[in-house]
Amino acid sequence: MAELTYRDAVIRGIAQEMTRDPDVVFIGEDVGKAGGVFKATVGLYEQFGPVRVRDTPISEQAILGAAMGAAMTGLKPIAEIMFSDFIAVCFDYIANEFPKSRYMSNGQVKCPLVVRTGNGGGARFGAQHSQSVENWCMMIPGLKVVAPSSPRDVIGLMAAAVRDPDPVIFFEHKSLYATKGEVPDGEIVDTLGSAKILRPGKDATILALALMVPRALAAAEKLKSERGIDCEVVDVRSLVPLDTQTILGSVARTHRLFTVEENPRLCGWGAELVSIVVDEAFYDLDGPPVRITTPHIPLPAADILEDLALPSVERIVERVQRSLNA
Amino acid sequence: MAKIEDRAPAPKGSLNDEIGEEKRLAMYRTQVVIREAEQRAYDLFLQNLVKGTSHLSLGQEAVAAGFAVAMKPGDLSFCTYRGHAHTLARGVEISKVLGELMQRDIGLMRGKGGSMHLTSVDHGVMGSYAIIGAHLPIACGAAWRAQYKGAKDVSVCFFGDGTTNIGAFHEALNFAAVWKLPVVFVCENNLYMEYTPISDVTAVEHPAADRAASYGLPRIVVDGNDADAVYRTALAAYDKARAGGGPSLIECMTYRYSGHSRADPAKYRPEGELEKWKARDPIKLYRERLKQFGVGENTIMRIDTEVKREVDEATELCKAAPPPSLDILTTDVYADGGFAWRN
Repeated sequence: MAELTYRDAVIRGIAQEMTRDPDVVFIGEDVGKAGGVFKATVGLYEQFGPVRVRDTPISEQAILGAAMGAAMTGLKPIAEIMFSDFIAVCFDYIANEFPKSRYMSNGQVKCPLVVRTGNGGGARFGAQHSQSVENWCMMIPGLKVVAPSSPRDVIGLMAAAVRDPDPVIFFEHKSLYATKGEVPDGEIVDTLGSAKILRPGKDATILALALMVPRALAAAEKLKSERGIDCEVVDVRSLVPLDTQTILGSVARTHRLFTVEENPRLCGWGAELVSIVVDEAFYDLDGPPVRITTPHIPLPAADILEDLALPSVERIVERVQRSLNA
Repeated sequence: MAKIEDRAPAPKGSLNDEIGEEKRLAMYRTQVVIREAEQRAYDLFLQNLVKGTSHLSLGQEAVAAGFAVAMKPGDLSFCTYRGHAHTLARGVEISKVLGELMQRDIGLMRGKGGSMHLTSVDHGVMGSYAIIGAHLPIACGAAWRAQYKGAKDVSVCFFGDGTTNIGAFHEALNFAAVWKLPVVFVCENNLYMEYTPISDVTAVEHPAADRAASYGLPRIVVDGNDADAVYRTALAAYDKARAGGGPSLIECMTYRYSGHSRADPAKYRPEGELEKWKARDPIKLYRERLKQFGVGENTIMRIDTEVKREVDEATELCKAAPPPSLDILTTDVYADGGFAWRN
């Protein structure tokens, strides 16, 4: 067991898979010699060499297209899109190419690749370098979508993503890179499509993802110690495949549902999860489900404005308490 | 210098030169297969037996034939939505192509892809891509895999003149040049993007070749209606790629006889242009050349007759074939064969 940062877990996760399988290759902008703009790939170039860890031009379409062509023909590429906002400039590959090639070809074409990308707010970067865009990918049939919240999950889900035969979009949260967590020694391999109950509770279920997970946990502690409200916090971890059994099971015990989403309000992932719970477990609910989200705005740069926009510990506490007391 | 389209192709070589009789007959046959199958697709569309859209390569057969016959087994083709020709040129059965256009269960992808997405991995046809420019980076990726694995196959990527103005074209060219990838980019310049002449919307005369210098590549323009010229150019590019010499960008001058897609009567063409190009029809020219080189009339007629019969038989096979079974609606979304997104 060792304490590792989320950033170093990315390095260890990629290294674990590159060591295991010589067909795993890694490309992106500044990922090699420079070690990545978030320093989340430091040492990989030195360890695996310039043929397996390769710097690319600023050409997001070429990066994702090349990853797809390599995946179709036998490699297992990991491609980095530096900021997830940039997915917008290569969205054709995410929306039209990776996820449809298998279906359109009646199963002839495979696309086993991982796109890892820095997602989310909190770094005061403004509207084009701070978005949470996992919901852009969740809606596309053929993709898998994961967003780890802890160093251990980064390694385990990275391994699962690289070994998965389908295209996986792997959202790393920029504001979690410096956070630390305990990580066991040796190989770690997790499962896509499994949520985790991080804090059991009996009064309400809080679903969260990535940076919202530590905030939901902190809010749950405050609600318990200050208000006597006992919340169950579920780290959704994987949007596709989605572990609906863990979510529905939790709601069946607590009878209340809250989602904490960094996505702006409209069509955030919580909307889909709430719809599933309402469809399938309506009579388990003792009150209306509540979505705690970023408002329907582009993210501002100034710290006091960004902090006001993203769901905070205080906002989660206030919203849960207000609903339960209603 | 006179434009290629104003010149009659000069016969170069002889029947038993480095191209040889066997390859020449293969190129002739391939061109006739494409011509007959494309014409049949058009006729079937008029009978409402081909639905959706279709983009024909009538008039452009020599490009597909020359590049495909020069390939080795294992080389990979990446096509656009105008991909029937390149798919047939790799030897895919006519009935599977027409079957896909006619939405039959015997179609290449059982009706799940349609005319614009013909794919036959077993034949090295790695897909037909209907988003302009998308497949140039994908071809780079397949070539990167060959380079990484030390394999000797070449990735060949076909696209139209309109593609040269989209970002992915330029990203892929630079990427391939910097990584020295074994990929050959083939621009079929048929003078029109969809309806608009490419010259009206492009800063240079030759939309692909005049951009080659930007990526450190030689400027190559070839007569796309002369299968021998196409073959020689293709082979040189493949040899360069296999030897580690990196990518090539080849612009083939040609002309499409039909409109952009089935919905387009091509009324925008200046008077006489179609006739001028039909006078240098690639199949007519090649038939004359074969005769000039001493190939017997009987050999040529036998190929023509065989191909016509094959297309007739394929048509009847498709007409009699059932539509796709409904249970494939949700198959092959994910690698487990289904579409499950939750537990």
